[in-house]
Amino acid sequence: MEILRDILLATGETLYMSLVSLVISYLIGLPLGILLILTQSDGLFPRKTVNTVLGWIVDMARSVPFIILMILIVPVTRWVMGTAIGTTAAIVPLTLCAIPFVARVSEQSLKEVDKGTIEAVLAMGAKPWQIILHVYLNEALPSLVRGIALTAINIIGYSAMAGALGGGGLGNYAITEGYYRYDTTLVIYTVLVIVVIVILLQTTFNFVAKKINHKK
Amino acid sequence: MIVLSNLSKTYAQQTEDNAALKGVSFEVRPGEIFGLIGKSGAGKTTLLRILAQLETPTSGYVDVNGVRIAGVGKHGGDEVKRQLGIVFQNFDLLMQKTVEQNIAFPLQLRGIEKHERMRRVEELLKLVGLSDKAKAYPAMLSGGQKQRVAIARALASDPSSLLLDEPTSALDSVTTRSILSLLKEISEQRKVTIIIITHEIGVVKSICQRVAVLDEGNVVEIGSVSDVFTRPQSPMTRLLLGAKEVTDFGNPS
Repeated sequence: MEILRDILLATGETLYMSLVSLVISYLIGLPLGILLILTQSDGLFPRKTVNTVLGWIVDMARSVPFIILMILIVPVTRWVMGTAIGTTAAIVPLTLCAIPFVARVSEQSLKEVDKGTIEAVLAMGAKPWQIILHVYLNEALPSLVRGIALTAINIIGYSAMAGALGGGGLGNYAITEGYYRYDTTLVIYTVLVIVVIVILLQTTFNFVAKKINHKK
Repeated sequence: MIVLSNLSKTYAQQTEDNAALKGVSFEVRPGEIFGLIGKSGAGKTTLLRILAQLETPTSGYVDVNGVRIAGVGKHGGDEVKRQLGIVFQNFDLLMQKTVEQNIAFPLQLRGIEKHERMRRVEELLKLVGLSDKAKAYPAMLSGGQKQRVAIARALASDPSSLLLDEPTSALDSVTTRSILSLLKEISEQRKVTIIIITHEIGVVKSICQRVAVLDEGNVVEIGSVSDVFTRPQSPMTRLLLGAKEVTDFGNPS
């Protein structure tokens, strides 16, 4: 019974840090993805330098292994959260890791929007913000939704890794209570919970993405 | 009245000899149905893109009802954009919006309030004969129906001119005939000037009053359809007339 309570508690922690990281990374990553689309050579505001430099930063950030990133930014985490250990502290590296991922995934979704449609809307006299809102975001919505699922699953995976470094949640629970104490059953239970969360997430988002897709 | 004066367009990779447009001048009179015909590569698309303000001419200008559009750029010139309703070749409808949302879109962009938008949409749906498809998504429509939605959308802002790029190239001959008669009806009822860009001589023959023949960036012949097609002066016109069996779409009424 106590195990069940602990697992539930750890699940709650995992969902909490993943959700907060997901929301913040989209608040920053999606605008970056839009910026990448707008500044590309055939975008609404072609700016080669901005696009290239931004692309480099995004790719460099993405290529740092999560574990290393987490250690490297400990001072930042401590400055933002007041501590570098615990569930809330893990939000900082998780978010930082997800931002460039979100930027690229969103950029890919937005790239699928037909260029002819954008030109047709330009010829109607649409303002750039109207094109971003009504054409880019609206036309790419099903694809963007699938991107959210992809990001969320990635964050949950990394959150388990953060657990290894005292991040809290299911990963931390599996390592401290299971692995270190040679309790393999507990490790398996924890992994199963993560698997169930991931499957539920993917199924729900696939369903939503299909439901809101009117292109077929 | 649309006036094109000495319009030239040389793209970056072009020399002046093979420029897309080499000083094109003509005017389209209010209320007429004007055809612009030419083979692919004649400069039709460039001309359309300049009129749509997606491209800036290298030299020359375009006046739409006395307002100059050349040089406005793709983010400006709202008033002229309102005056010119454009139907692009691939319809370019918003796939994630319903038929009525698509038609209302140009009005929404201008901040017209919802009640007024819906009133206009209802009227336009009736005009193009798609009142029963208001809530449908474009993916559920046939090519002809998509074309009707695109025409209704182009008319939403009450433009003085309607510009259509290859409006029939994706359609079968029966659908083509019905779209052409719709255009004729629009021209007669609404006194809208219609410009049709096409490579199909049958389209020009069946509904246009005047025609300009475009060849290698020049207007090689312009005049009334009967004059130009019965006494063609330029080799290109003769080529277009004789190149292949001319599909006669009849005289839609």
